[in-house]
Amino acid sequence: MMGKPPKKKNISDKVRKAKTSKEIKNNPFEVKINRKKFDILGRKSKHDVGLPGVSRSKAINKRKETLLKEYKTKDKSNKFIDKRFGEYDTKMDPEEKILQRFSMERQRTQDKKNMYNLNEEEELTHYGQSLAEMEKLTDMVDSDDDADERGLLSAEMTASHFGGGGLLMKKTPGEQDEGGKQRAKSRQELIEELIIKSKQEKRERQTQKEESQVLTEKLDQDWKSIQGLLAHKNAPKADRAEDEDKPKLDEYDMMVRELGFEMKAAPSEKLKTPEEVAREEQERLQQLEADRLRRMMGDIVEDNTKAPTHMSADDINDGFVLDGDDRQTLAYQDGKWNINEEGEKIEGEEGEKEESGEEEESDEEESEQEGEEDGEGSEEDSHSDVNSEEESEEGGEEEEEDEQPVAVPQLSEKVQAEAAKIELPYTFTVPECYRDLKSLLQGHPADHQCIILARTQQCNHPSLGIGNKLKIQKLFGFLLEYVGELATRSPPELSTIDKLIPQLYDLCQLFPETASKGLQTTLGDDAHSMEEVLEVKGRTAFPKLDMDNTVCSRRFASIIHLIYLKITALLFPTSDFRHPVTTPALLYISQALTKCPVTSLKDLTSGLVLCCLALEYVSFSKRFVPELINFLLGALHLAVTDKTTGYSVVPPFRRSGKASDLLVLSSPESSQTWCKKTLPLSATQTLTLTSDLESDHYRLSILATCLDLLKRCFSLYRELPSCLHIFQPIATLLSKHLPIKTYPAALQEVHGEILAALSGCLTPRPPLVFEKKKPIPLKLFTPRIVQVLDYGKKRGNTKEEREKERLKHKYKKEFKGALREIRKDSRFLGREKLNEVMARDAERKRKVKELYGSLATQEGEWKALKRRKNSRR
Amino acid sequence: MAASKRSNMSSENSTEDGLKANKADISSKVDLLIQSRKHANDVFDILEYLQSEKEKIVVSAINACCKLFCTLLERADLFVGQLPKEEEMLIGDHSADEKYRMFMRHRYNSCLDLLLEHISHDSYQIKESALCTLMKFASMEGKFPLQDLDWSEHYSFPREIIQEEDMALLISRFQEYLEMEDVRYYVMSAIRENVARVMDKNKGVVIPVYQNNVFTLLSNISMPSQESELTNYLVKQEAKHEDWKAAKLKEHKRAFERLWLGFLKYKLPSSMYKMVLVILHDSILPHISNPTLMIDFLTAAYDVGGAISLLALNGLFVLIHQHNLDYPDFYKKLYNLLEPSVFHVKYRARFFHLANIFLSSTHLPVYLVAAFAKRLSRLALTAPPAALLMVLPFICNLIRRHPACRVLIHRPSAADQACDDPYMMEEEDPARCHALESSLWELQTLQNHYHPDVAKAAMAINKPLSQKEDDFKELLELSTYEMMDRALKQKQSRAVPLEFDPATQLLQGSGGVGVLGMHFGLE
Repeated sequence: MMGKPPKKKNISDKVRKAKTSKEIKNNPFEVKINRKKFDILGRKSKHDVGLPGVSRSKAINKRKETLLKEYKTKDKSNKFIDKRFGEYDTKMDPEEKILQRFSMERQRTQDKKNMYNLNEEEELTHYGQSLAEMEKLTDMVDSDDDADERGLLSAEMTASHFGGGGLLMKKTPGEQDEGGKQRAKSRQELIEELIIKSKQEKRERQTQKEESQVLTEKLDQDWKSIQGLLAHKNAPKADRAEDEDKPKLDEYDMMVRELGFEMKAAPSEKLKTPEEVAREEQERLQQLEADRLRRMMGDIVEDNTKAPTHMSADDINDGFVLDGDDRQTLAYQDGKWNINEEGEKIEGEEGEKEESGEEEESDEEESEQEGEEDGEGSEEDSHSDVNSEEESEEGGEEEEEDEQPVAVPQLSEKVQAEAAKIELPYTFTVPECYRDLKSLLQGHPADHQCIILARTQQCNHPSLGIGNKLKIQKLFGFLLEYVGELATRSPPELSTIDKLIPQLYDLCQLFPETASKGLQTTLGDDAHSMEEVLEVKGRTAFPKLDMDNTVCSRRFASIIHLIYLKITALLFPTSDFRHPVTTPALLYISQALTKCPVTSLKDLTSGLVLCCLALEYVSFSKRFVPELINFLLGALHLAVTDKTTGYSVVPPFRRSGKASDLLVLSSPESSQTWCKKTLPLSATQTLTLTSDLESDHYRLSILATCLDLLKRCFSLYRELPSCLHIFQPIATLLSKHLPIKTYPAALQEVHGEILAALSGCLTPRPPLVFEKKKPIPLKLFTPRIVQVLDYGKKRGNTKEEREKERLKHKYKKEFKGALREIRKDSRFLGREKLNEVMARDAERKRKVKELYGSLATQEGEWKALKRRKNSRR
Repeated sequence: MAASKRSNMSSENSTEDGLKANKADISSKVDLLIQSRKHANDVFDILEYLQSEKEKIVVSAINACCKLFCTLLERADLFVGQLPKEEEMLIGDHSADEKYRMFMRHRYNSCLDLLLEHISHDSYQIKESALCTLMKFASMEGKFPLQDLDWSEHYSFPREIIQEEDMALLISRFQEYLEMEDVRYYVMSAIRENVARVMDKNKGVVIPVYQNNVFTLLSNISMPSQESELTNYLVKQEAKHEDWKAAKLKEHKRAFERLWLGFLKYKLPSSMYKMVLVILHDSILPHISNPTLMIDFLTAAYDVGGAISLLALNGLFVLIHQHNLDYPDFYKKLYNLLEPSVFHVKYRARFFHLANIFLSSTHLPVYLVAAFAKRLSRLALTAPPAALLMVLPFICNLIRRHPACRVLIHRPSAADQACDDPYMMEEEDPARCHALESSLWELQTLQNHYHPDVAKAAMAINKPLSQKEDDFKELLELSTYEMMDRALKQKQSRAVPLEFDPATQLLQGSGGVGVLGMHFGLE
């Protein structure tokens, strides 16, 4: 009856049930085609064909399963509600919940108790057991007990436990035999006896155990008291003795573990053939060279390596990028059209990696060098452990020497080194301050100092200890200071400095940061002091070239500066476009060359040293140093006798003044006896020229240096556009004013060469034109792509607005849908109710009918009876 | 003093005691003098002390004199009016009171003479206290005039102050009196007379120390700029304020002007020439009533050449700008001022600041601007990097202001015709130096400069210049040291590149040939 009405209700339902989905879809009466207003290409609509019947029956079915069921069970079913505290409170932390519950629980129990009961505290439990009790027990004994019992399987026990009555049966007769008078024990008694026995045994065992425990503890304590007295070496033995107490490890287990931990044989790198090594070395050098070139080109290049991030749809893939900041890729460099040629050049990172690699390699190189210098320095390097090295010092030495390849070039050096080895210790602590270093190196000849430093470095190599790196880092600064001090001695110990250079280079390669910092600070300080003097004395300050200065501390300053500048050039690349150390160093040279007046031959000498340095600094990059030319012009000007016209001299030189005849020869005859030789560097500090002839020779040497430098400058700057104008004053001076006739033939020759070269450089230049720009292509706009989230009306421009709009729309849709669903639900329910009512009514009708029917039959029967009665009558 | 200290303590003590006794003596005598006229003759003792050898005694005597005569002035115990001669005083019939006052007045006069002498004393302390006392007397006299005449006309300036010794310290002490309007006025007129007298006596020959003193004094005079600022007087004169010259700014200015003109009329040592020119434009010209009178001086200075010309530019600029001076061939001379030393002198910043102003006019002819640009760039070939950083934007700015000058860096019409530089460096006339037909190859050369910033600045000419002018104001004062400092302070983001060529020797060549090793030996 109940299932009947719905079955009757939906035709579609019936249809659905009766037919397969395919049938439905093919049935034209089932299908409703939604008319489209516009045909839109490329859009697939889900809703062009609808199956109203199917969907309706689906919805109804669903309702029947959910809504109807609920309706049916309305007011009939019950529900489980968890009424624990805070169970449905999501805001509370679980821990908080537990705490609350616990406190509530306690409150409840507290309330029940006697409020005057102060002493009694509730018991704390763990797993239902009282903690107090647990503490009292010594569980160790307990567990031992268990273990013992578990392990013990005596025959008696087994028999008594598992043997059933057999044992008892057996025993009874025996016992009976023993004590014949004794009444046979009952089974119960036997068991009790057994229990007592086992308990006794247990107690005994326990006492025994305790005793042994006490003994062990005592032994332990005793051992501890002696342990300190025993030598460290004996310790393992004692351990072993104790080990014996312990149960022996299973041999099998040990084997397994050993196998597990055994080193796997790692594939080693292939040994390289000499050719390969050579090739690698060459590649590395090429790489470094390329890197140097890149840095020389300047930092603009570095931007080039960045790939443009955005690719337009209209990009013709020609490298052109519309974005403003990316336009830098089109920059000009050194007057050259810069197209991405740098492809093959390595990027900064790789360069760095390379450099780090280089450090190591240079280490090796260094150690090789050392090997040449002192017999076994490099061999020592291979030892990783200093201690072992120390131990094997005496014995190992000879062998190592034998192993050493006989490639030692100079025998004398080797002899020297060996002598040094005999005298010098093999380990040194790194000096903590400058004074330490000084005392370390004091009194040793240059070669020994070198060895000492090398050994110090080897013993404290950063890889050998954590603190070593910091210690050795400081060494560079001290060494620099030491070099400075060596230079200030009179006479300056330049040869010692010369020997120390490899060490400095080595340290610099290890710690570029420290090295650059150190040199930067010295340069900065020097420049600062020079600036100060400049400010105090005005124009007539000569902090750099001050040789005839009265201040003693200043007196030797110059040669240190020169040495430092030279060291800078040795340690850092001078050709970089911008370098944190060499750029300031060049500026320093420039400052010295422009600001310090030349008043003596010593000044001139240091000026020329600076010129040489400047030339070395730029010899690779061929950069233009105006101060260099100015100084050379000024220096040559000092040799001119008639200083009236023709060319203009640049400060610090004056057209005429007290020191403007420094290089004029006192007698022309002296040029006959002159021969070219190198000037001593110490001449910048102390110059003693006794006779006129000697000073004339010195002057000629200076002149020769000047001319040679000039020649080099010219060859460097030959390519510059205004080369002619740069050298014009010098050319005038050389051709017209310099008394070249009085000079020796060698000088005349150089002079002629320079003049010839100068006259040859007169090449016409095309006028300046801006660099050709690549034509800017017409601006094409890439379509703006907006992410479509919802079709239909779109308002709002910003993303948030659109999102808001979309959500609103969605909400509306959902709301409508929900309303519809609710309506449908209520309709469904109404229908159900109606059905119910109808069913009830029909039932009632039927029943009434039945009643009527029965009444009618009753009446009929009664009437028939009556009729029959009447008829009978 | 030090020697005696070491030799014997007793003698030192005795001198000390003597000093103390002397001091006590002086002060007691002063007190007596002030108390009664009986002790009038003690004044001779005090004046004697004033001539003493010992510094401390002299100083205390000076102080005593100060105290004494100030009280006497206040009490009107000094004779007022025409003072008869000392001998006449005895002859003439005067009352005793009058005689006493005359006597005191004579002593006062001799005291003044002594103090003036002391101003040229060796000891600075004596000089200073003498000066202060004199000024004190001056102010007291102003309050209690000794003569019926206007006292201030007779104000005697301590001429010794500018005598032929270096008195810089004393002059700086005197400066605080110069703050006072009336003192300043009368000092100015006094100095003028003095200068004229001394210089005429020396027939115009340079007297460095004297002139130095005068200059220090003059440069210490700070003129008020408004009449209302004339408030600070040493002596207040209520009654005569109307026609009193010292109270008028105009008179001040006139006096100041006459003073300076009088001073500058004579030949100056060249260092002082420069110093005058340095302060000329901001501490002299604004306070002169008729600045055009300075034209002769300035044009003469401008013609001297070198640094003096550079400095004269500033004064000339003020005259041209504010006083309508028409200076023929100004630009030509400015053009000829440009020589290699211009980048090396101390006044570089000032010169380029002014040159920037002079060349900022857009009405200048193109040839002129081109000549300047070309000459500057030619000179830049010898300039130090700090100057280059300044002059490169300067040249670019010139080209920006005068777009017709763009041919200097962009001449597409003759792009493929190579030519020699037609510019003539030696030509003094900017109109005939053919700068406009040239190109700034020098800047192209400087693109290879060793300093990265300079190279970058020179790169600017490779591309069309931007519309906006570069601001090189802050680069004007840049020094090489500052550049270096900047380079050193730069944060290094990446690792420092290292030389990969292992160094083995000190004189080993780096990056090329070992030039140093070729010419210099290790010994």
